[in-house]
Amino acid sequence: MSDLADAFAAAAMLIWSLDQDLVGIVLLSLRVTLTAMAIAAVIGLPLGGALAVFRFPGRSAILITINALMGLPPVVVGLIVYLMLSRAGPLGALGLLFTPAAMILAQAVLITPIIAALSCQTISGLWEEYREQLQSFAARRGDALATLLWEGRIALLTALLAGFGRASAEVGAVMIVGGNIDHVTRVMTTTIALETSKGNLSLALGLGIILISLAMGVAGGTYALKLAAERQRSA
Amino acid sequence: MTALTDPAAAPAILPLGLEGLVFAAGGKTLIKGITATLSAGSRSIVLGPNGAGKTLLLRLCHGLILPTGGRIVWKGAAGADPALRQAMVFQRPVMLRRSVAANVDYALRLRDLARADRQQRIEDVLTATGLRRFATQPARLLSVGEQQKLALARAWALRPDVLFLDEPTASLDPAATRAVEEIILRIDAGGTKIIMSTHDLAQARRLANEVLFLHRGRLCEQTPAPVFFTAPRTAEAGYFLEGKLFPQLRRINP
Repeated sequence: MSDLADAFAAAAMLIWSLDQDLVGIVLLSLRVTLTAMAIAAVIGLPLGGALAVFRFPGRSAILITINALMGLPPVVVGLIVYLMLSRAGPLGALGLLFTPAAMILAQAVLITPIIAALSCQTISGLWEEYREQLQSFAARRGDALATLLWEGRIALLTALLAGFGRASAEVGAVMIVGGNIDHVTRVMTTTIALETSKGNLSLALGLGIILISLAMGVAGGTYALKLAAERQRSA
Repeated sequence: MTALTDPAAAPAILPLGLEGLVFAAGGKTLIKGITATLSAGSRSIVLGPNGAGKTLLLRLCHGLILPTGGRIVWKGAAGADPALRQAMVFQRPVMLRRSVAANVDYALRLRDLARADRQQRIEDVLTATGLRRFATQPARLLSVGEQQKLALARAWALRPDVLFLDEPTASLDPAATRAVEEIILRIDAGGTKIIMSTHDLAQARRLANEVLFLHRGRLCEQTPAPVFFTAPRTAEAGYFLEGKLFPQLRRINP
């Protein structure tokens, strides 16, 4: 019991004193996950929107695939990206394995389907509402897509947050492609896994507290965005 | 206000020819072979009971859906893209999530108009529809009546040859209805052909130059308004004018 209390106290101290190791790990985590989210957004938002607005052969197959990939196990993503980036792999020449770039790539692969699927849902709803009016304006499909992405901006932000939440919480993918190298590729989740097994509970707990706070922040932000979107819709 | 009327641009894509227009969906024929010519210079009101096919006919004419039979011919188009010379106002206004002025600007930008021209047109139509004081407000915060006025302003700014209106006052109160009707008359005075559907007889009397009476997907008659309201040519129209249901036993199409 007192072990646990001690660990909590030490964890609180680490956070309070802005321990250098802890801050470095948190900043790296944020850098990796935010960059991955940006990449996934650039691909996922237009992809999801296009799937909502355009009709083409193979569309259903892509939709089913994307929805299936939403539940992709992070370790499998890690394994695939590892194979791609390893020396013998097609992208081996880039020398990205065990760097933050590899972790960004893995997380982007992990959450692009989530962002694409959620934005497809959002844009489909909007397309239903706007379709005839935009057709009446003689808007080309590309214009319509750009318009809907803008019209759905608030709801789409929640899709990005969902992606961020998933990427920041996963451990399997970044562990495999990053290698959990101290001061280089060690992020919050991989540190927790490692430090716990070493028995260094205070750092693990400190990072755990920060991760949970981050998740709370994401949930709160999503909730606020939902309210804002509803206000906009009913207005 | 002179900027809103465009006498130089005579209704170019008109007349509108409907040649044996048919639309079927889900195994039912909803528009049953309509042939008619709609010419410039008059307000055509598409009248008929609910389910007669009025909305469908307007959507077909505007090109929002494709007919399953027959043709729509813009006889004066002469190479011009007819889609760029028409506009439509829907029963329920569709507002973009941006300001009142930006809603008008959006439609104008799709026509690739220069910024100065767009600004002028926005100013003109918002003034003409009494919406200028709302210019910077979010369009979705307007009342339904004002949203419908904005939908009219947005269509008006495009200076279309033809304006389709699908029961534009169906969800409005009497005051908003009157305001919308006044705007429609001014758009008409500017030289835009008005083609409007309604099931409201009083409104049809106020606005129609000619009536196209629809019943169960058929065009029963296309008649000048004064004649239609005093001596309709078909029994279906007669029943409708008297506010009676058309007797099921005398159904024309089995």
